[in-house]
Amino acid sequence: MKLTGAEILWECLIREGVDLVFGYPGGAILPAYDAMTKYPQVHHVLVRHEQGAAHMADGYARATGKVGVAVATSGPGATNLVTGIATAMLDSTPMVCITGQVPTGVIGSDAFQETDITGITLPITKHNYLVVDVEDIVHTIREAFYLARSGRPGPVLVDIPKDVQIATTEFDYPDEPVTVPGQRPVGEALQDELDVMLEMISQSNRPLILGGHGITLSGAERELLKFVEKVQVPVALTLLGKGTMPEGHPLCLGMMGMHGEAHVNLAIQEADLLLAFGMRFDDRVTGDLSTYAQNSRKIQIDIDASEINKNVRVDLGITGDLRQVLNQVLPRLKNTDHREWHKLIRGWQEERHSRDIYNLEEGDKLYAAHVIRDLWKYTGGDCIVVTDVGQHQMWEAQYYPHERPRTLITSGGLGTMGFGFPAAIGARMGLPHEEVWAIVGDGGFQMTMAELATAVEQKVSVNIAIMNNRYLGMVRQWQEFFYEERYHATPMASPDFCKLADAYNIPSMRVTARGEVSKSVDFARSHQDGPVLIEYVVEKHDIVYPMVPTGAALHNMIRRPRAVTASSEKE
Amino acid sequence: MKYSMSALFENKPGVLNRVVSLFRRRNFNIDSLTVGRTEIPDLSRMTILIEGTEAEARKVEKSLYKLPNVVQVEHLHDKPSVTRDLALIKVEVDGQKRPEVMQLCDIFRARVVDVAQSSVIVEITGEEDKIESFIELLRNIGIIEMVRTGIVAMGRGQHTVTPANGYRKLGTKTYKNVI
Repeated sequence: MKLTGAEILWECLIREGVDLVFGYPGGAILPAYDAMTKYPQVHHVLVRHEQGAAHMADGYARATGKVGVAVATSGPGATNLVTGIATAMLDSTPMVCITGQVPTGVIGSDAFQETDITGITLPITKHNYLVVDVEDIVHTIREAFYLARSGRPGPVLVDIPKDVQIATTEFDYPDEPVTVPGQRPVGEALQDELDVMLEMISQSNRPLILGGHGITLSGAERELLKFVEKVQVPVALTLLGKGTMPEGHPLCLGMMGMHGEAHVNLAIQEADLLLAFGMRFDDRVTGDLSTYAQNSRKIQIDIDASEINKNVRVDLGITGDLRQVLNQVLPRLKNTDHREWHKLIRGWQEERHSRDIYNLEEGDKLYAAHVIRDLWKYTGGDCIVVTDVGQHQMWEAQYYPHERPRTLITSGGLGTMGFGFPAAIGARMGLPHEEVWAIVGDGGFQMTMAELATAVEQKVSVNIAIMNNRYLGMVRQWQEFFYEERYHATPMASPDFCKLADAYNIPSMRVTARGEVSKSVDFARSHQDGPVLIEYVVEKHDIVYPMVPTGAALHNMIRRPRAVTASSEKE
Repeated sequence: MKYSMSALFENKPGVLNRVVSLFRRRNFNIDSLTVGRTEIPDLSRMTILIEGTEAEARKVEKSLYKLPNVVQVEHLHDKPSVTRDLALIKVEVDGQKRPEVMQLCDIFRARVVDVAQSSVIVEITGEEDKIESFIELLRNIGIIEMVRTGIVAMGRGQHTVTPANGYRKLGTKTYKNVI
């Protein structure tokens, strides 16, 4: 049967399991939008800005593990996707972006709404395509989805000129699996790699696992837990690693890095063996490289060969799928206990309590960290939390323990402000039975709050928790520490968020005291037919502690001054 | 030190751009890059020469493999190989200098490929060192224009870089000394 390129596009997307796309129409993508009407099984979410579509597709993909799809027109539509694509690239999210392009005959002539989007997105996609022949649509879409999900996942962009969408051809969908010439199968470790790994583990007295996003991407959570319990090795998590191991587990230490807990960073510096599982030694987790983890030998397991030895020189690098490698090694592991090592770490951990913001006297102040902790407490701690970027993101990481994978969705690598709210819409649309909270700051929320209309239109029940400190808090914190308190361009005026919510007919509430946080959770839960907005008016001058200044050694943290608590008074 | 490698990739539009963009983005210091057709119609071959450490050379290899169009990458510096560079050099000559240039060409096994009133074009093929020393000598005579292809390289004997070499697992290769 002869179909148009646009129809073939949807036929292929449906065969890839797509039933939800986020997009915005325009001239060059109109044939695809017109053809969409023939495929009612695909639900289209009309966003208010293409950046929102990319973040929603990203949030959807991170929550469900499926490939997120964003659709945009040529030129400005395509360029508006760019921030969202780069965000997905840095955090290895499987995503496919479909963009319209001007007709092939006028490509290169600066035609109306023409941009070289494959050129623009070349460094921020796993791969991209410009389809110049209707015959190429089928295998291009198949390859795009294959690449987006295989190996280390990532965003793939497919640019389809308008005339290619209109042209017709015989639709023939092949049965055989996709093969990409340069793709090498990455799976198990070699036997001698395993031998060396086991030998290194058996020689270690202070082993520590550095757990990253790769654990979730390879689905190795169960294997990790078995490994941990057999060897009794504590686990430090990266920001995106949160949720890969239940944080209530006694061997889970919490987050490492710039705003990681002091005992976690100390453990890294004092360990004699680091097992890096699906993490990439980002500068935000290592601090100064020349002083990083000098006492340890290092094993790194990553599916992406180019990550091994990229930032930190390791003694053993295994290119492989973490789940498969752990399954190979599990039967050969010996039971150990490492009691001395645990005791040492527990000693450092105790120090934490006296400096914890959680033990600060509240007085008449509302601390964002307290709000986040209380949200965890009153919601039962089993929600999907999507954060934006900044102080509230770090407090979430510190004060909201996650027990299940894919329950924290946050822009880690690119640190994209404006990500949180649209990504939360995508997450909730992918998992309509989960309770989704978007924890955002007043700055980041204002970057993408146009999507309020999308959330209302689609009746997406997302609870928006704005931590409003009337500042770009994280930048202000850097100005306080490193720029002699010159608070330039960080104080920020906002609209009355509750009135804004009114304009969209969104139920809203303003919280100014800690006692009201539990009420706000009840309030949100009593409105489940669309978004709810809650503004928490929090302390203006709060700081995220501990903090490793950029370029400092990981153990040189700026700590919160000791809190005067009942227990410390007794000492 | 200089490291050479041979890479096979799909002969599709924009692939060279992807490779070059990768080198720029990852800050690799590329000394020479040549691209041309191969014995297989769908594949092009690239000879890459990088200036740096062996670790950097390995990074280039691993990064290249992230491009779906790259089929095979092999290092040539660690195996016997033949390396060639070709230069065309236009030299300023008068009646007196011309025999001198011809004599040098003889010694270096270069060829004169064009003779004009006041210049000659010589062609030399060989390893980089040889070409460099030839150029040094010609500089004293007077070089008007020069063009070089960059190096092409090929492993000797059984060290063949074809897609048939098949799958080789990328590793760190250093771990043998760990224990």
